[in-house]
Amino acid sequence: MEETKSNGKTVQSLNDVTVMFAGDSGDGMQLTGTQFSNTTALVGNDLSTLPDYPAEIRAPAGTLYGVSGFQLHFSSSDIHTPGDSPDVLVAMNPAALKVNLKNIKEHALIIVNTDSFDPKNLKIAKYDSNPLDDGTLEGFHVIHVPITSLTTNALRDTNLSIKEITRSKNFFALGMMYWLYNRPVEPTIEWIKQKFAKNPDIAAANEAVLKAGYYFGDQTELFTTRYSVESANLPKGVYRNISGNEATAIGLVTASELSGLPLFLGSYPITPASEILQYLSTYKNYGVKTFQAEDEISGIASAIGASFGGSLAITTTSGPGLALKAEAIGLAVMTELPLVIINVQRGGPSTGLPTKTEQADLLQAMYGRNGEAPVAVLAASTPSDCFHMAIEASRIALNFMTPVILLTDGYIANGAEPWKMPLIEELEKIEVKFATEVEGFFPYSRNEKLSRPWAKPGTPGLEHRIGGLEKANITGNVSHDPDNHDLMCKLRTEKIQRIQNDIPELEVDGPSKGDVLVLGWGGTYGSIREAVDRVRKSGYKVSQAHLKYINPFPKNTREVLNNFKHILIPEINLGQLARIIRSEFLLPVIQLNQVRGLPIKSVDIQNKILEILGGNNGK
Amino acid sequence: MANNIDVNEVKLTAKDFSSDQDVRWCPGCGDYSILAQVQRTFPDIGVKKENIVWVSGIGCSSRFPYYMNTYGFHSIHGRAPAIATGLKISRPDLSVWVATGDGDLMSIGGNHFIHACRKNIDIKILMFNNRIYGLTKGQYSPTSEKGKVTKTTPYGSIDYPFNPASLALGAESTFVARSLDRDPKHLQSIIKRAADHKGTAFVEILQNCNIFNDGAFALLTDKETKADHVLVLEHSKPMLFGKENNLGIKLDGFRPVVIDINDGKHSVSDVWVHNEEDHHPIRSFILAHMTDDPKLPTPIGIFREVIKPTYDEGITEQIENVTKKKGRGDLQKLLFESNTWEV
Repeated sequence: MEETKSNGKTVQSLNDVTVMFAGDSGDGMQLTGTQFSNTTALVGNDLSTLPDYPAEIRAPAGTLYGVSGFQLHFSSSDIHTPGDSPDVLVAMNPAALKVNLKNIKEHALIIVNTDSFDPKNLKIAKYDSNPLDDGTLEGFHVIHVPITSLTTNALRDTNLSIKEITRSKNFFALGMMYWLYNRPVEPTIEWIKQKFAKNPDIAAANEAVLKAGYYFGDQTELFTTRYSVESANLPKGVYRNISGNEATAIGLVTASELSGLPLFLGSYPITPASEILQYLSTYKNYGVKTFQAEDEISGIASAIGASFGGSLAITTTSGPGLALKAEAIGLAVMTELPLVIINVQRGGPSTGLPTKTEQADLLQAMYGRNGEAPVAVLAASTPSDCFHMAIEASRIALNFMTPVILLTDGYIANGAEPWKMPLIEELEKIEVKFATEVEGFFPYSRNEKLSRPWAKPGTPGLEHRIGGLEKANITGNVSHDPDNHDLMCKLRTEKIQRIQNDIPELEVDGPSKGDVLVLGWGGTYGSIREAVDRVRKSGYKVSQAHLKYINPFPKNTREVLNNFKHILIPEINLGQLARIIRSEFLLPVIQLNQVRGLPIKSVDIQNKILEILGGNNGK
Repeated sequence: MANNIDVNEVKLTAKDFSSDQDVRWCPGCGDYSILAQVQRTFPDIGVKKENIVWVSGIGCSSRFPYYMNTYGFHSIHGRAPAIATGLKISRPDLSVWVATGDGDLMSIGGNHFIHACRKNIDIKILMFNNRIYGLTKGQYSPTSEKGKVTKTTPYGSIDYPFNPASLALGAESTFVARSLDRDPKHLQSIIKRAADHKGTAFVEILQNCNIFNDGAFALLTDKETKADHVLVLEHSKPMLFGKENNLGIKLDGFRPVVIDINDGKHSVSDVWVHNEEDHHPIRSFILAHMTDDPKLPTPIGIFREVIKPTYDEGITEQIENVTKKKGRGDLQKLLFESNTWEV
């Protein structure tokens, strides 16, 4: 930590900071957080975000369950998680303070909007006395800012209504934070101008309030220290900040381009997957056809129809929707049509926790169908990885004529990180060949991958019928023959197994042999990576492997696992990958399971690793 | 891809549309006639056979695609309209047909049906209505009459049936028709008209299940009774029926009544003249609900045909417009268009 003086204030240089913006669900905290993230990305920090908002769109003002938060971790070095606990809390009301207090660091900086700490709001937040003066916040560094009145002051000469004025108070908080962490206000001003182009009064007000917040930071004596976080040393390239859902959407469009097939998305809105449908519906000039179906089943059924017609067909959903699509996935298995099913996992069972993250649909993805119905199962590990995995899911679906389930989750779908963008021309093309030759055409003949020919309607002479009844090998006619069914079940399973030949091997980060391997899948990548890094820094040897292909597993998975004494599997479920690994490889594994609707904290994984190491092994 | 379906150059015959599969419906089933009428009509609809796709769900009717030598998809229960929707949107150049039954379409597939109608997806739906579940061996269906005694309703069904034509009209289907398995000429003409319609075409075909619901439509098909019980709707013609063609439907306010044009008190000018293209749907609803009153004949023919842009046309047009405005998408630009920075 370096200290210099500037403008009468100390400037402290930090390696990394975790900030939590929290307020009412109508206070614009997601917007504030997103703006702070984008600006932070532009100044070259590495970052990771965790939006955490209630399922209610506008919960009653001031309530504990109506608190919306946006956590952001930014750094001058490589980081992988939105931070275990915030160093700074911006609390726009008593409820936001109460909800977040138990999670922030000791001695954290708390900036409160004192205007909202009135008897009414305190009561709604179930405070018997005012925490600002009853000792509750002892030990923290608390800064009292009357944000609402300062905002009103800044806009006193405008014709805006009280409601409009108070609505822009989040920009005051944002401006203040920009000053405190030495970030420019210009990118947000640009954004405001575009966003409110049709409403110049509001645009001018928001800009004025943003600047007022910034100057307040500079002039007030409340802040004696200002912080700087130098830009991170990221690999060379052009970057943008990207969320998992947007990366998924762009990945799908890219797969469409790489395969030369038109993209069709059949989908029904569901949190937290709806954004993929929203993004894709804006890409009309890429030839993308999106169909907002009447229900989840129609979402997948329409995609299966489009796949039969020769499109790259996609359906997107979350857990409850995957359950509804199960029968249709079986149809795609039987008809051996390419189909990408994206499940942005959320807390379950049933409606569960719609806006919170979880990894508890793995077994559903693997086995949740009637009959022997194997499908490929893939999982993305970070927001930007969704781009690559969307392409991978499409490639496997098209090459193997099979449905592929791609699992992402609410955390990586909504979370964002800097992404070094690829050059499209450097990406590998996806080869697709439609059947056209009448001679020797059989709908259920197979190539070396065991995939059947794709003959799309409109091709003369290849008229054929497919369907959900068991198919006779090669001819594809309906067959109830016992030996044929036995053969077809085995062929379909073997086909999925052969995907192993077409996917990368499982990589081990760290020694390929040792005491502890932390094995993960999906969105826990960042937490595990950070935990492993910390354990290594304290001198221990520990390795990490992360599965992005779960069915089939990469070819070398057994070999990798056999090289370690202990395998730790942290998951945001009650042990679903652990169960599969045990049954597949007959290996004992150690589980670390949390289902709190939040990413697992690195510190919990770190402690578990140390516990396994017994405090001295491997040092 | 063009929104127009390619027309035929070579003259095909019914035989060209017959696949190599053995037809496995029960002997005497009404489905045989429906298949025959479709195969007879299809050479005349002007579409190449490789551009035709039959999609079905589950039930006796849904075996239909196997017997047509076109592209075909025998899918899962109730979902045929949704699969056909995705196929048609992605491939507007295809002529997409749905073969379905009263259980498949009105029960498990009800939601997909009404939304396909609402969106005016350019698909043709032939619903074989035998008012019974045949493939599961004789349970009552959503079109079975109230009081129906079946295996699952040993004391008679207590729920009210759907009126399929009324449901389709209510869901804004742009083409609603009814025909009979035992009236080949009429059925052929309706299939042809459905093929020519641009938009969702719904055709209810009253079909006899000689195993589980034999004679359900005997009044409408028996030589002795049919003339007095069937009203054949013809555009801009008065609604006349009866052995002597002397009975007519008069519209008394919203209430249709039967009159005798030879009774001295009425003449043919009192008879309601059918207008398929009636802008307002109210009269087609009255026609659909004539089956509520046993004293009235059952109308067959086209209840309503209106023209409005189809969903697949709309989506194609939108893509063209956006592409014209923004230019053909450039993926690399898409990546680089928002806030970027260089390291």
